[in-house]
Amino acid sequence: MAPQEKETPVRRVWPSLLLVVAGCLPEGSVVPPPPAETITLLSHDSFVGAVTDDTFSAFAEETGVSVKVLAGGDAGAMLNQAILTKDNPIADVLFGVDDTFLGRALDEELFLDFVPERATSLDPRLPVPAGAIPIDYGDVCLNYDKSAFDESLPPPATLETLIDPAYRGMLVVENPATSSPGLAFLLATIDRFGEPGWKDYWTGLVANDVEVTAGWDQAYYGSFSGGAGEGDRPLVVSYASSPPAEVIFSDPRLADAPTGVITDGCYRQVEFAGVLMGTKYPLEAGRLIDFMLSPAFQSTIPSTWFVYPAVTNVTLPTEFVEFSETPSAPITMDPGLIEENRNRWIEEWTAVVLP
Amino acid sequence: MDRRRLALGRAKLGRAALGRAVLTVLPLAFLGYFFAYPVGRILLMSAGEGWGNLNTPRLAGTVWFTFWQASVSTVATLLLAMPLTWALSRVSLPGRRTFTALVTVPFVLPTVVVGSAFVALGWTGSVWAILAAHIFYNVAVVVRLVGGVWSRLDPTIWEASAVLGARPARRFWNVTLPLLRPALAAAAAIVFVFSFTSFGVVLILGQLRYRTLEVAIYEAATSFLDLPSAAALSVLQLACVALLLATAGRLSNRLAPPRLTTSLASPRRSRRTAGIVVAVSFGLLAVPLLALARRSVGGFSALATRPTGLGSPLAAVANSLRTAALAAVLATLVGLPLARMGAGRRWGRAIDLLVMLPLGTSAVTVGLGFLVALGEPVDLRTSPLLIPIAHSLVAVPFVVRATGPLLSAIRPAIREAAAVLGANRQQVWTTIERPIVARAAALGGGMAAAVSLGEFGASAFIVRPESTTLPVLIARLLARPGAVNFSAAMALAVVLMGVTGLLVLAVDRLGEPRW
Repeated sequence: MAPQEKETPVRRVWPSLLLVVAGCLPEGSVVPPPPAETITLLSHDSFVGAVTDDTFSAFAEETGVSVKVLAGGDAGAMLNQAILTKDNPIADVLFGVDDTFLGRALDEELFLDFVPERATSLDPRLPVPAGAIPIDYGDVCLNYDKSAFDESLPPPATLETLIDPAYRGMLVVENPATSSPGLAFLLATIDRFGEPGWKDYWTGLVANDVEVTAGWDQAYYGSFSGGAGEGDRPLVVSYASSPPAEVIFSDPRLADAPTGVITDGCYRQVEFAGVLMGTKYPLEAGRLIDFMLSPAFQSTIPSTWFVYPAVTNVTLPTEFVEFSETPSAPITMDPGLIEENRNRWIEEWTAVVLP
Repeated sequence: MDRRRLALGRAKLGRAALGRAVLTVLPLAFLGYFFAYPVGRILLMSAGEGWGNLNTPRLAGTVWFTFWQASVSTVATLLLAMPLTWALSRVSLPGRRTFTALVTVPFVLPTVVVGSAFVALGWTGSVWAILAAHIFYNVAVVVRLVGGVWSRLDPTIWEASAVLGARPARRFWNVTLPLLRPALAAAAAIVFVFSFTSFGVVLILGQLRYRTLEVAIYEAATSFLDLPSAAALSVLQLACVALLLATAGRLSNRLAPPRLTTSLASPRRSRRTAGIVVAVSFGLLAVPLLALARRSVGGFSALATRPTGLGSPLAAVANSLRTAALAAVLATLVGLPLARMGAGRRWGRAIDLLVMLPLGTSAVTVGLGFLVALGEPVDLRTSPLLIPIAHSLVAVPFVVRATGPLLSAIRPAIREAAAVLGANRQQVWTTIERPIVARAAALGGGMAAAVSLGEFGASAFIVRPESTTLPVLIARLLARPGAVNFSAAMALAVVLMGVTGLLVLAVDRLGEPRW
C-alpha cells in the first residue's frame, strides 16, 4: 500500500471546505485594534440582553465615542473574567458587580478611583465605595400570589411568620449557591436573625416544608402559583419589581398585578460600575459612567431592566408606583463583611437545608 | 524524457506528502492552540493552590454520584435506544429519514428549557429525573452513531447465518452485535462523558442535592469565586474522564472494521414491529416536548410584538445558524482528517482519546482558559469566532466517532480491486471513496451543527459580543417575570426545535449517496 495515496480523498475536499469557512465568517471576525473612538463595556447577560441600538446613542452623539458591549455570562462569570484579565483588560468599563461580589472586586483593585460629576444626584442612601459607582438597585422581596390569600389567611407580614405552620408548604426559595436572589434572601435572614440564629430560622423553614430550586426561573415559573407561574406554592423569593413586570408583560393587559410584594425582609442589591484599571481610555470610560447616571439613561432603567434608578432626579413609570411597594427598611450589608463570610455562609446553609 | 517524468513524479509525491503533512498538522495545531494550550495555562495557573481545598467529605460523594449516574445513564440510554436504532436503520419505514432527523431535536434543546419541561411535569429533585433527562438527550447519539453503521451492514451476512440455521436472537448476539461493537463503544463513550460532565440538567433537576463534578466546578468558580478549587476539580474531572476512556478503549479491543455496503436497509424486515418501536419511542420522547409546546401557546404573537428591550428573534435564529454552520465546518475540517488518521491504525485509540478530552473538560476551564491564553500574539479574547471555535471543540468527537467507522471502509483492498478491474485513481475516488467521505462529512457535520445549536455549557464562560443566539435569548427571556416573557421563551424553544429538525434533515439529504 502506498501511503501517499491514502490521504487523497480528504486532500481534495480540503480547498473547497476552506471556501465554505470563509463564507461563514461572522462580520467583524477579523478584530482590528479598537480605535480611540470606541470604548468597551463588559457586563452580565441580563444587562446586555436588553441593550439596544438606542441605549448608548445619546452618549455617542454627545461625545463622539461609540460603545461596544460584551456579555460575560452571569455576574460571577463576568467578575472572574475581569479578574483574570486585570493586567490586560478586555474592556474599559465593568458594570453589574453587585454588593455580594463587590468586596472581591475591591480586594482585587479592579477599579480606578474616580467620582463622576453626576454623583451628586445619587440617592444618598446608596454606598459609594472607592471607584465603584452605584448605577441601579433592586429589592429582593417575597412575592405572594394574591389569589391564594384572603382575610382568613392574609399573606405573611414578616420573615418570622414564614415558620408559622399556617404557611406550611407555601414558600419556594432559590439556592444561594447558584442564584443571586437566593443569596440576597439568605443575607436578609442572616442580618435579621444574626449568628447563629439564622440557622435555627432556616431549620424552621425546612420544618415548614420550604422548597429550594437552583435558579430564579425554576422557582418563579415552575413552583410559584402567582402570575405566570405554573406551580402550587403561593410565596416566592423574587423582586419588588416583579408585580409591575407581570402587568407590563401581560397580553391582554392586566388591570391589576396578580402578585404582591411583602415589604418586610427585603434585601437591597446595588449594582456598581467602575473604570477598569489598565484601560487605555480612562477619560472616555469615566464619561460613560457619568452618562449612565444622567437622567436620560437612568429614566430608562426601570422599564428596561426592572430595577430602580440610583439617582433621585428621575420619575418612576406608573406601573412601578401602582403595582409595587417600596420596602420601608430594606436590609443592606457591608460588602467587606459579605466577602469575608459568603463562602462559609453558603456552606453552612447547604448543611442545614440540603443535608 | 524519462528523467523529466521522474522529476514530475517526485513533484507529485512532494505535493502529496505536503498535503498529508498539512492535513495531519492543522487539526492537531487547532486542538493544541484552542484546547490544550488555554486549558493547560489556566490549570497550571490556579490548580496548585486548589488541591488543599479538595479534602472535603462532600467531594467523595460528588465523585461517586458523578460516576454512578453516568454509568446508569449510559447503560439505560443504550438499552432504550437500540430498538429505535434498529427500526430506523434496518427497516424501510415510511418517513424513516424524517424520524432519524427528528430524533436529534431533544439533543439540542437548552438544558434550561428541558429543565423547565421536566419541572413542569413535576419530575424534580430526584435521581430519576436526572437519569430520564440524560436518556432523553442522548438517544440521538446512539441512533445516529450506531444507526449510521447498522444501516450499511451487508445483508448477506444475516442471510448466510439464517441459511446456516441461526435464529433471530442468535443472529443478533453472534453476528450483529459484534459487528456493531465499535460503533456501540463509540456511542457509549460519548454518552458516558456527556453524562459525566452533565451540568444544567443536574443543577436544575438535582437542585444541588445531587452534584456532578461539573456542577461543583461551576459552583466553586461562580459562587465562591474560588478559581484554584475550580481548577483542581477540573484536573480531577479530566483525569477521571481520561482514565475511563483509556480503559474503555482497551476493553473494546478493536475489531476489524465491519463490512459495509451501500445498499439501503432491507425492506423485508418486520415493518409492524418497527412501527410500534418508533411510535413508542417517539411517544416517550415527545412527553417533555409537548409540555413545552403547550406552554408556548400565545408566545408566537408575543415574539412578533417583541417584549421590551429584547433583540429580534429572527436575528437570533440567523446568529444561531451562522454559528452552527461555522462550528460544523470547523469540526468537520478538524474531525475528518483525524478520523481518517485514526481509522484502523495503531494510534487510533490515542486520537479517540485526544478528541474526547474537550467534551470531558469543564466549560469554566475552557472559557476562562481562552481569556488567559489568547490575548497574544493576536488578541482573540473578545473575537466573535471564539463561540463557534468552542462549539467545534465539543463537536469534534461526534464527527470523529460518526465518521471513523465509515472512513475505515476505505481500504487499500477496495482500491486494488477497482484497479484490477481497470479503474484509474480518479474513478476510484469519484465512485468509491468520495461518496463515503461525503456521507461521513454530512453525518459528522450534522451532529456538529446540532451540538452548536444547543450551545452546551462550553460557551457560558466565553465573553460574547452582541450576537445573541437562540439559547441565549431563551435564557434571557426566562430570567424575567411576566406571562409574555415566559410564553415567548417557550415559543423560541419550539422554533429552535424546528430549526434543528430542518437543518439535520437537510444535511442528511446532502450526504445521501447519489448513484
